[in-house]
Amino acid sequence: MALLEVRDLTVEFHRKGEEPFTAVDRVSFDVEPGQTVGLVGESGCGKSVTSLAIMGLLPKRGAKVSGTVNFEGTDLLTLSDKQLRDKRGRDLGMVFQDPLSSLNPVIPIGLQVTEVLERHQGLSRKKAMVEAADLLDKVGIPDPTRRLSEYPHQLSGGMRQRALIAIALACKPRLLIADEPTTALDVTIQAQILALLKGLVQDLGTALVMITHDLGVVAGLCDEVNVLYGGRVVEKAQRHELFAEPRHPYTHGLLASIPRLDAPRGERLNPIRGSVADNIPWDHACAFAPRCPNALDLCREQTPVQEDLGGGRLLRCHNPVQPEVPQEVSA
Amino acid sequence: MLRYTVRRLIQLLGVVLVLSLLVFAWLRALPGGPASALLGDRGTDESRAALEKQLGLDQPIFIQYFKFLGRALTGDFGNSTGVQPGDSVVDIFVQRFPATLELSIFAIILAVVVGIPLGYVAAKRRGTWFDNLSVGGSLIGVAVPVFFLAFVLKEVLASKLGLPSVGRQDAIGATRVTGFFVLDGLITQEWDAAWNALKHLFLPAAALATIPFAVIFRITRAAVLDVMDEDYVRTAEAKGLTAPLVRRRHVLRNAMLPVVTTIGLQIGALLAGAVLTEKVFAFPGVGEALALGFERRDYPVLQMLIMVAAIVYVVVNLLVDLSYALIDPRIRTR
Repeated sequence: MALLEVRDLTVEFHRKGEEPFTAVDRVSFDVEPGQTVGLVGESGCGKSVTSLAIMGLLPKRGAKVSGTVNFEGTDLLTLSDKQLRDKRGRDLGMVFQDPLSSLNPVIPIGLQVTEVLERHQGLSRKKAMVEAADLLDKVGIPDPTRRLSEYPHQLSGGMRQRALIAIALACKPRLLIADEPTTALDVTIQAQILALLKGLVQDLGTALVMITHDLGVVAGLCDEVNVLYGGRVVEKAQRHELFAEPRHPYTHGLLASIPRLDAPRGERLNPIRGSVADNIPWDHACAFAPRCPNALDLCREQTPVQEDLGGGRLLRCHNPVQPEVPQEVSA
Repeated sequence: MLRYTVRRLIQLLGVVLVLSLLVFAWLRALPGGPASALLGDRGTDESRAALEKQLGLDQPIFIQYFKFLGRALTGDFGNSTGVQPGDSVVDIFVQRFPATLELSIFAIILAVVVGIPLGYVAAKRRGTWFDNLSVGGSLIGVAVPVFFLAFVLKEVLASKLGLPSVGRQDAIGATRVTGFFVLDGLITQEWDAAWNALKHLFLPAAALATIPFAVIFRITRAAVLDVMDEDYVRTAEAKGLTAPLVRRRHVLRNAMLPVVTTIGLQIGALLAGAVLTEKVFAFPGVGEALALGFERRDYPVLQMLIMVAAIVYVVVNLLVDLSYALIDPRIRTR
């Protein structure tokens, strides 16, 4: 049984006097114990909302969540607020995008680490402080004992993200959700943080859901990738297959838009045209159609269904990209 | 921190000096004067001149001011001419200030204890009838003049609630220790004296607390709304902390910054409200003395009380700035 089974997860936002907006539309995916799964897509594709819905962190008013989120056999969406609080921080950890705003500015780092240990492991403040220093050391923060009494503004951006990772992994959760954990950091620091995350989840056997818009992150980290567009999974594949042979035009566009160092000077970049704002509803069309280079008339008239291509590969497209090099049939 | 505090205190000295000159001149620019106020219609030009000479008001204003300054340095701020004629101004102040302080502290405690929790709950239930009702109510609280509210409380509510509507305490021969009647009662364990003084405080404090309450409520509500959307509150939720802990440690602590400033400003403004409230409830504090002092052109009393009000205002603001550093470490290290 998978550690996390997300089935038909749907999130609708209701605002007074406005049409309900479907941010996440019947998203399904599995995470096996210890596995790293990527949720990839550009801003506004629903990847962060998906993670917040799994954690039960969406506002109670205004957001309607349906579907099931089975975590170790329990549907998280049916749990009471109290039961969910018992799981969050203990079984499910989360690292957020902006490390400065995600730490409380008026509380020392130490307390921000120990409070989660005190809550879930019943440690005394004193014992938790010893443990916290150990955790900060593990995430590569030098002189951890001194750092415990410092405040977030006294740490660098990379240090802050390390501290947040220490907090999220303090209770050795079975699942860690990382929502764009490196986006707010310098490129050199990004690589360090990713390497750290990778090492820690391997050591702890923690499964990781990596949410990112950066395919470079996916390439370095993920076993399996879900590409989201307009709140739906449009393509799902093992990492190697996705990079070697993207089938959905959106995935293809994402890969083609990465600038390459070995490209000739003066070669133009290949962006995906338009923006998320051009989306059309999925009701009777493909949401990506207005931006898609492969779009057919059919794409604007009928919603593509999700096809199972075998080998854990899923695709939702009327006119997929054909493999450039015909696959050799192994004898 | 220490250097900062010392610098602010030196500034305070400058403020006091300049203000003393201004107050001195302003008071003497008011039409009429102590002599006509004291002698009234029966005064003749001769008797007024004689009284002015006796009070030293016949001398040029600069001479008067420097004499005042010289005496003030020795702790002598003159004697009252109209409020309690002949009494030393310092004695009058010492006698009356505890009453006003007691009233103000009680009022601000009332405003804080009701305003902050109500503001928090209103923010949590944004858009519900509870929120709308309390926001509307607080608007009325700001808009209704204190003197009107004080009259309503005194004339309508006092008899209904069976609360005393004038004075500080009924004559029950309580022992005096600090001049704070409630505190005195507690220290000497004269429980009915403390209870009696508390009952006398209630209505004037309620009148005085209305505006600070309304302002503190609104600022708390706005600050909590802001902080609730902050990423670090989401982090705290992601840790699975209990709801009360998230509220206390992560929401309220951050939301308190603007609220503390507001409380400080409101304490400064309380004295203005105290003049009206004390007058209505015949509460024998400095506010009442200030009102009486203006009626009777009691220069020494007015000088003393206005200066003290200014000093209180500046000191409270200094305390607010210092308390900032206690709450927000980013200011401490700067």
